[in-house]
Amino acid sequence: MPKTLFEKIWDSHQVKTLKDGTVLLYIDRHLIHEVTSPQAFEGLRLTGRKVRRPDLTFATMDHNVPTDDRENIKDPISKAQIDTLSENCRQFGVKLYDLKSRDQGIVHIIGPELGLTLPGTTIVCGDSHTSTHGAFGALAFGIGTSEVEHVLATQTLTQTKPKTFRVEFKGSPGPGVTAKDLILKLIGIIGTAGGTGCVFEYCGEAVRALSMEGRMTMCNMSIEAGARAGLIAPDEVTFEYLSKGDRPFAPRGEAFDRAVAAWKTLPSDPGAVFDRELVIDASSVAPQVTWGTNPGMVMDVSGRIPAPGEVPGYSAKDVEQALAYMGLKPGTPLTEVTINTIFIGSCTNGRIEDLRAAASILKGRKVAPGIRTLIVPGSQRVRKQAEAEGLDIIFKDSGCDWRQSGCSMCLAMNPDQLSPGERCASTSNRNFEGRQGKGGRTHLVSPQMAAAAAIAGHFVDIRTWR
Amino acid sequence: MQAFTHHRGVLALLDTANVDTDQIIAKQFLKSIKRTGFGEHLFHDWRYHADGRLNETFALNSKEFQGATVLVTRNNFGCGSSREHAVWAVQQYGFRAVIAPFKGEGDSRIPGFADIFRNNCSKNGLLTIEFSEKEVDSIFESVSARPGIEASIDLEKQTVEVHGSPALSLHFDISPAVKARLLSGLDDIGTTLQEVQAISDFEKRHNDQLSASPR
Repeated sequence: MPKTLFEKIWDSHQVKTLKDGTVLLYIDRHLIHEVTSPQAFEGLRLTGRKVRRPDLTFATMDHNVPTDDRENIKDPISKAQIDTLSENCRQFGVKLYDLKSRDQGIVHIIGPELGLTLPGTTIVCGDSHTSTHGAFGALAFGIGTSEVEHVLATQTLTQTKPKTFRVEFKGSPGPGVTAKDLILKLIGIIGTAGGTGCVFEYCGEAVRALSMEGRMTMCNMSIEAGARAGLIAPDEVTFEYLSKGDRPFAPRGEAFDRAVAAWKTLPSDPGAVFDRELVIDASSVAPQVTWGTNPGMVMDVSGRIPAPGEVPGYSAKDVEQALAYMGLKPGTPLTEVTINTIFIGSCTNGRIEDLRAAASILKGRKVAPGIRTLIVPGSQRVRKQAEAEGLDIIFKDSGCDWRQSGCSMCLAMNPDQLSPGERCASTSNRNFEGRQGKGGRTHLVSPQMAAAAAIAGHFVDIRTWR
Repeated sequence: MQAFTHHRGVLALLDTANVDTDQIIAKQFLKSIKRTGFGEHLFHDWRYHADGRLNETFALNSKEFQGATVLVTRNNFGCGSSREHAVWAVQQYGFRAVIAPFKGEGDSRIPGFADIFRNNCSKNGLLTIEFSEKEVDSIFESVSARPGIEASIDLEKQTVEVHGSPALSLHFDISPAVKARLLSGLDDIGTTLQEVQAISDFEKRHNDQLSASPR
């Protein structure tokens, strides 16, 4: 029987089917960070359990770390959490990429960089954006702290089989339309719960044409449509990414050739059946900007702020509440909405390609007066690469703030935060109330759109601007 | 884990869809390395004004809902981040169960709770109950007519009795695996470790992708 990519990975990782009908699924890579792991390690200590496979467990610190002075963390509670991760990794023998490491960065950025993220593997992390790794054809999903402890102790998870949901982006997106716009468009169509209980498989001409960076952006936001995981079948683009660069955990030489032969068997078989399917015409997608307080509240940049009652899938009350929070009036052209802050970074758009895209817009221009622009590379490797290419000079010359790597203003656990009422064009993944700081107003956009907004001081349509 | 068999308590209404885990427990409270102390911070930005005063217009602050143990809300509750702190906050505030509506039917049915949140609930003994939108509407109507009324939940029978007038008697579906775990309150990891031989056998036959030693 023809199988989907998801089914191939699922089937090859089943340790056994348990009496209650759930499946004991083997986990190939367990990534951990400082925020969702301390209680899990504490649980191990209380029960006298060990980490079953420290060799398959990798840690970094990203959520809570400052992006300016990393040597002296001022907040004692943040520092305690970071120190706790170091101590737990030391005690349980887990490899840690700490703030001194040249490989430190956002967990979902360093996994692929290090070659830990490989096609056909299962990857989990106590973070919902673990779906990012699906770009390589890995089954990757976020888990809670109890499950982190479960994986630490057993290297497995008990799982119920999710449904499969095929999303085809046919055609080619126009100039200025990125992976970020395609995924926001999908979320706008099906809503933030539209993929709940499902694993997406993204396919079609527009997906095949994406770089690995773009594919990671797309898979990253699967969770914003409710799906725990998103997958893209591995192809030559994937193999090319994995074959190059300093990726200490990726196979090399003959082992790489053998791996590629195995990876080529992963794509969904012709005739494989999905539980749900959707086709989106990529050529008709415009640059997307969120206007509300969840990623499904999204519109074309050329549109006007909607009124309560005219947004499918949301009650008038939900829209009213979102507009009140966002300080927006129905009917206002989006391009008239002015911005205070720009954030370029995160596991969604903090990779080298994203910084290059932003730099290409900012080069030789100045950020509009009064606008704060934070550029936060996703990892130390991205930072180093950007500096080697002179992107940092472009950013600084145009008036941007060039920072150290981390999650930063995506979730604002560290000092990078919005003030009440401050409006931000952000390349991150969530525009929830207070996400980037209490009272802060977030609009999700692509790096190009964020950079252009920085210069103009308001949203612009990247397709016609300049 | 705290077992769940049956429970009787006051119903509280939160008439908002897509409540995300950032609202349930804001990031500034995630710096703790402990598993306790989150209840007082539940829905922080909604419960309190910027100056720290109680926001009296927020539903959970109304006097009829004080001491409530069953939260009734709208669809897609718990979306967003995987933070289990959200479940700990709901539970430590005093809730034993959360009720939310699923949408649609059959293959296009959308669950009432986000996946990771619901999963995290099942690991902590917090019962998530799904009804149709119509059924949840009926609970909203009952409670709105007589705020402060109680409900009785029987997990074994999969029923919720709403003690309003008229009384409502509702039946819910639940995964048999989750039901069994909640009823027993057994430690998940302990249960899985009984399969340690099967895990070792699997590791022996699992392909060489497993090896993650740097070259």
